[in-house]
Amino acid sequence: MEYVIEMLNITKDFPGIRANDNVTLQLKKGEIHALLGENGAGKSTLMSILFGLYQPTSGTIKVRGEEVVVRNPNDANEMQIGMVHQHFKLVHNFTVAENIILGKEDTNRGFLNMDDAIKKITALSERYNFNIDANALISDISVGMQQRVEILKMLYRDAEIMIFDEPTAVLTPQEISELMKIMKHLTEEGKSIILITHKLKEIKAVSNRCSVLRKGKYIGTVDVGKTSIEQMAEMMVGRKVLFEVEKGASKIGESILSVKNLNMTNKVGKEVLRDVSFEVKAGEILCIAGIEGNGQTQLIEAITGLNSHFSGNVFIREDEITHKSIRNKTLTGIGHIPEDRHKHGLVLDYNLGENMILQSYFDNEFQNYGFLDFEAISKHTNDLIERFDIRIGRGERTSARSMSGGNQQKAIVAREFDRNPDLMIAVQPTRGLDVGAIEYIHKQLVRLRDENKAVLLVSLELDEVLSVSDRILVMYEGELVANVYPKDVTENDLGLYMSGSKRGAV
Amino acid sequence: MNKLFKKIIGFPQSESGESFLSSFSAILFGVAFGFILMLIFNPSEAFEGIGIILTGGFEAGRSSLGTVLVNSAPIIITGLSVGFAFKTGLFNIGATGQLTVGAFAAIFVGVNWTFLPGNLHWIVAVLAAILAGAIWGIIPGLLKAFLNVHEVVATIMLNYIAMYLVVLGVKETVFNSLRSESLSVHPNAAIPTFGLDKIFPDSSITGGLILAFIAVIIIYIILKKTTFGYQLKAVGFNRYAAQYAGINEKMNIVYSMAIAGALSGLAGAVVFLTQSGIHITTTYILLPQGFDGIAVALLGLSTPIGVLFAGIFFGYIKVGGFFLQRLAFEKEIISVIIASIIYFSALSAIFKKYVRKVFATKKNSDGGDE
Ligand SMILES: Nc1ncnc2c1ncn2[C@@H]1O[C@H](COP(=O)(O)OP(=O)(O)OP(=O)(O)O)[C@@H](O)[C@H]1O
Ligand SMILES: [Mg+2]
Repeated sequence: MEYVIEMLNITKDFPGIRANDNVTLQLKKGEIHALLGENGAGKSTLMSILFGLYQPTSGTIKVRGEEVVVRNPNDANEMQIGMVHQHFKLVHNFTVAENIILGKEDTNRGFLNMDDAIKKITALSERYNFNIDANALISDISVGMQQRVEILKMLYRDAEIMIFDEPTAVLTPQEISELMKIMKHLTEEGKSIILITHKLKEIKAVSNRCSVLRKGKYIGTVDVGKTSIEQMAEMMVGRKVLFEVEKGASKIGESILSVKNLNMTNKVGKEVLRDVSFEVKAGEILCIAGIEGNGQTQLIEAITGLNSHFSGNVFIREDEITHKSIRNKTLTGIGHIPEDRHKHGLVLDYNLGENMILQSYFDNEFQNYGFLDFEAISKHTNDLIERFDIRIGRGERTSARSMSGGNQQKAIVAREFDRNPDLMIAVQPTRGLDVGAIEYIHKQLVRLRDENKAVLLVSLELDEVLSVSDRILVMYEGELVANVYPKDVTENDLGLYMSGSKRGAV
Repeated sequence: MNKLFKKIIGFPQSESGESFLSSFSAILFGVAFGFILMLIFNPSEAFEGIGIILTGGFEAGRSSLGTVLVNSAPIIITGLSVGFAFKTGLFNIGATGQLTVGAFAAIFVGVNWTFLPGNLHWIVAVLAAILAGAIWGIIPGLLKAFLNVHEVVATIMLNYIAMYLVVLGVKETVFNSLRSESLSVHPNAAIPTFGLDKIFPDSSITGGLILAFIAVIIIYIILKKTTFGYQLKAVGFNRYAAQYAGINEKMNIVYSMAIAGALSGLAGAVVFLTQSGIHITTTYILLPQGFDGIAVALLGLSTPIGVLFAGIFFGYIKVGGFFLQRLAFEKEIISVIIASIIYFSALSAIFKKYVRKVFATKKNSDGGDE
């Protein structure tokens, strides 16, 4: 039998929703098999079933031709199945080595046998060119490195079948191409990989075959070499998808946001913002481009008020709002799609309805004399669910925690757009979204700008930067190093600015 | 019919069903543990003993039920205090201190302010207790909000400060030197029974139970229905998201601790504003009702309704323990057994995990279609 994994007729029900409906997935030995589907299509669920985190409602799983029951992740480990989750599961104040051996500790009379473990980890790291220090603390290494730790974890457990759930959503373009190399290397050694990603280019670049899910149902499996990106997108969404953003010329108006001489030093005394000044005008989408970690996060924190330890001034129109409270800033007309949806964007223990009023629960629309108006909240939420096509099981009562990653993002986007702010600050608004949803959000950004609002977009994706924005500022090591127009630059130019090899006028 | 059946089958998976089952299994575990202790200390009477503990609350009919409720009222309120703070992300270990200052304020007014006519006297005494408790809650709230002092440390220290100050205060202002305890409050200052004494005759029941019910309802409404509760819970669940939403976290901490303190203060009034001979003694001990509140909140999973039932359950077990004295159990052993049952029961949050697991796998292996 040539299939190492067969998931046959898998169905999985959650309260109010069928996440997988008679899905079949067959993985060949040595292939990279992409799993494609819209947000909430059931990809993570299907993989969690394979990894033993959920039990299927019905259906069978075969590993190397043998029918099995995967009761829990330990079972999966024994069958040499490993998984890198959409949100990493590392202990931050442990070292790399400690994280890797966690749950598979080698002990000698009750004492940890760290030396052997470190040797094995170092050997693995060298073999795959991981460049990882086994003794570094997780909290000190980059996200890309953390992901390698997750991969090492699988290798350490001798996994032959590896599941990657949206591994590239959090990586820089450089890190992505390195990850692709690693994956190829792994399959050359005979390992088999299931890759979940929303980026069709990546599928095209590395995978052999691709299975498509739509609303929990299995649509089909295609040979990636013989299928175009457009065809795959159509299979997944059920209609043609526009990859180009349609927009007319911008009508630039008055200045909405102006930022003057922002400087910030972080806790360890490093300068993270250096004399940053710029303006966003009405009718303009201004994009801050740059490689992750060059001060974009801190810049947004300063503008929105999440961090107040900085010098410089922030104005909305003529009014200085530098040290106004966050509530105050929100009410002057700032919308904010935050970078980290789990940390800032949502209260995961609240249901969807409660999350939808996070920025406006005090508004007379949703309360009378301090009592929440549940009817209004429910109506409002259902309206947003419909308009923004949020796919969930139990309407406004769905807990935010149980929603798929992309639908969580859509919920935040819906909440912020609906408030119709004069300035929309959107930090990586399409991270983790499917192509259909990305198209939708880009349209919304353009609509806001056409309504004479200002948009400040922070993005790591060159495609997005070039197709959506009217003007681009490049940030490098806390400084603005270029001010360019998309029609005047190529991806290559932008790459040079972003890596600090080139500077322009600001 | 089919619908009802589905509801019953689905109950273990529903949220309230999960909570109920986990609290229930925690109780079973606690009782089993108590039973093992009895087998160790007095094997011949262990079976009879566990029977008495479990039925003691009904032993003397309505009179002992009355006693159950007398015991329950204050710990329901301190349970609310701890549970409310917990819902907003704070550990209020200071319920006992807040209760102590509340008790003193109540007794002070109850003994001295005899110029207050009729019903006004007990009402003012209760309000004084609430106010004193609130102040004792606000202090650690301010320390946490503005100086980043952890509330667990601050509230524990304030428990001791309260204890010493109150003994001093009793000696200076409302001292019965013959009996080395506080003076009895004026009859007008005792919380009226609101007719409960007719339902539960021969018990020392007061209207404290009614106050406990009212507190449960108010806290329920605050947490479930108001924007204020929405804010408080948001901070408790995810302070970063709350910050993002422009919620003033510092003020919320202060408000939350003020309410928690006010509740514990009220519990102090409920215990001591009575004619049945309960006084603050001048020995240096921390009052147990505050600590029981922690266990009540844990068993009740911090929800007002859960706390109500947990408080009644603990009151019930305590009366059972009282009747256990009939058998040849040492007084200390009885305390140990009762405390074990109570504190093991408080582990219900741990059981929640297992309940979820057991019923989740069960449902799946049924392969049941919708
Ligand atoms: N534990 C759960 N309880 C209830 N519903 C769930 C649970 N996990 C997932 N779901 C629902 O099942 C559906 C599929 O979710 P899943 O996470 O598998 O989607 P996905 O394809 O991975 O989406 P994304 O690309 O957004 O990550 C969603 O509608 C989600 O709300
Ligand atoms: Mg997913």
